[in-house]
Amino acid sequence: MNEFLQQLLNGLALGAIYALIALGYTMVYGVLRFINFAHSDVFMVGAFAAYYISNGLARWLPPESIPGAVIIMLLAMAVCAVLGVVVEKLAYRPLRDRSKLNVLITAIGVSLFLEYSGQLLFGADPKTFRLLPSRNVELGGLVLNSNQLIVFGLTLVLLLALRHIVMKTRIGTAMRAVSFNHQAAALMGINIDSVISFTFALGSALAAAAGILYAMNYPAIEPLMGVMPGLKAFVAAVLGGIGNIPGAAMGGVLLGMVESFVRGSRYSTYADAIAFAILILILLFRPAGLLGKSVVEKV
Amino acid sequence: MKANLIRLVYTATACAALAMLVPGCGDGGGGAAAGSGATIKVGEYASMTGKEATFGQSSHGGTLLAVEEVNAAGGVLGKKLELITEDTQSKAGEPATVVRKLITRDQVIAVLGEVASSRSLEAAPIAQQFKVPMISPSSTNPKVTEVGDYVFRVCFIDPFQGTVMANFAWNTLKVRKVAVLTDVKSDYSLGLAQYFKQRFEQLGGKMVIDQSFSGGDKDFKAQLTAIKAAGPDGLFIPAYYTDVGLIARQAKELGINFPLFGGDGWESPKLIELGGEAVEGKFYSTHYSPEDPSAAVKEFVKRYQARFKGEAPDAMAALGYDSVMVLVDAIKRAGGTDGPKLRDALAATRDFEGVTGRTTMDPQRNASKSAVIITVKNGQFAFVEKINP
Repeated sequence: MNEFLQQLLNGLALGAIYALIALGYTMVYGVLRFINFAHSDVFMVGAFAAYYISNGLARWLPPESIPGAVIIMLLAMAVCAVLGVVVEKLAYRPLRDRSKLNVLITAIGVSLFLEYSGQLLFGADPKTFRLLPSRNVELGGLVLNSNQLIVFGLTLVLLLALRHIVMKTRIGTAMRAVSFNHQAAALMGINIDSVISFTFALGSALAAAAGILYAMNYPAIEPLMGVMPGLKAFVAAVLGGIGNIPGAAMGGVLLGMVESFVRGSRYSTYADAIAFAILILILLFRPAGLLGKSVVEKV
Repeated sequence: MKANLIRLVYTATACAALAMLVPGCGDGGGGAAAGSGATIKVGEYASMTGKEATFGQSSHGGTLLAVEEVNAAGGVLGKKLELITEDTQSKAGEPATVVRKLITRDQVIAVLGEVASSRSLEAAPIAQQFKVPMISPSSTNPKVTEVGDYVFRVCFIDPFQGTVMANFAWNTLKVRKVAVLTDVKSDYSLGLAQYFKQRFEQLGGKMVIDQSFSGGDKDFKAQLTAIKAAGPDGLFIPAYYTDVGLIARQAKELGINFPLFGGDGWESPKLIELGGEAVEGKFYSTHYSPEDPSAAVKEFVKRYQARFKGEAPDAMAALGYDSVMVLVDAIKRAGGTDGPKLRDALAATRDFEGVTGRTTMDPQRNASKSAVIITVKNGQFAFVEKINP
């Protein structure tokens, strides 16, 4: 029983991170109808930004303290928000009116560009990431780690904040309007370019937060660290219904749990295969994902 | 999912393109013009970057020091050695490419490398095919030298290392129920786990759970939770240091307090950096310790530290050094660098005194050497004991 609950917790912590990355995929898809494959590399840049910022500010910030961590995290999120906006402006905007396939291929190109620039700039060997000291909390035979608790807490806060932005603010309303219909939104006086820039900034900042949380739990960071989590988060986003924010969060948590249980069993090496098999099964029965709505394409 | 396929194809193409663009590290020991015949070209392939970067860097440090010393003493057969180094980036697929390049383009007379068994296994058939002797400094999987009669090594093999660690677990750590966590992507890990298990069960111990992961994974909590639930009193982790650092850390986060121990794949300063307090008091077996009081080791440590800014040479550095010295000794005895003659001379290596002990090539072209057990004490590696074969 204890083992079951512990695996549930492990899965939840892993899933929370997948969920955070999945949010970025889903938001961009919601607004632009394309998968931003470079998102998982923005996640990597987030972790490295935090690594270099914390090294650079080591003299001014108290080491391994909560205020220090918050400042580092906000700065890294800002760096990634800028990166997201720049990528969109340089790589995706010129292709916005072309076929979706062009943008998709460009996204793959940007992804590889970031990965291999990372290898050149940061080096390919794993770096050790330290942000906060980790403490264990015993809870009736279960062991919880302070880093895991931070992941739960922060994911929840970011999710609620995102929901607030999208549902309750002016820019959120504009995002939803663009998502329904570009042209109509433009006719209503919405500046589409700035809405899309904002979407990228928001998604990239979330990716940075996810990257830092991931690095806190798995402190060996390297330029290809985003590839697998990015792929999983993409699956999570599709699983939950791409374009749907609560769906992405749910998909992430679900995937994290499945992975944890399979890895804890005798079939640990099949964990990824089983995760993807589940994706196929769910899509067979619910083609739009768990929370997605089927939309009939008008021809 | 088509996009992923595209992504895969792109990644592969980009890797290949990059490999062609970056011409290795190329800090050769000698400096003479290529193809002049004035130097003896020796190829080295090592993981200078990537997941096992410190293996390659240490091994290369030892190799470079040896080449420089040989050249300072006048070279071999009146010629200087020229070291040509290629980076395998700790990746599968690279060793075959770079070794083929070393042999066909640079026309080296022998290749030295790799540390990781899986990567040595990849390059060995190429050395064998071109009849260029290959010496692996520190690949311990027995299959490496089974590839062919041109493949040698200057370290012990895993049946010995597995036995050493099983004895140590049984006698010193008093482990009776053991758990094993294996990296399924690594020949080294699979082999060592198997030999450890054989010996441990022979001793009367029981393996209560056998879990696996694939090298490069970041999350091991699920496996460790299952291991903890099985109730062992020790965990054997035959894996490489990056993974081990994360495993030790997560084991601590799960409140696991039975001993963790492993093999020479743990040998890296990165282990302590990544694992922090979590690797404190853990044990592993390796080839040599810089704390060894023997005169040869003391001298070597002094020279290495003088050359590399005070850095203490680890086992990979010492074996890299010995691999060059064994090769030089064979070139002298062969009186030339002709492939088959050099091979015979290497195979006839008897009682060669190196830094890591005496090297004698057995009929399977393996060296039989002593092992040492190392622990982590106050964030430093500390020598525990030496075990002779």
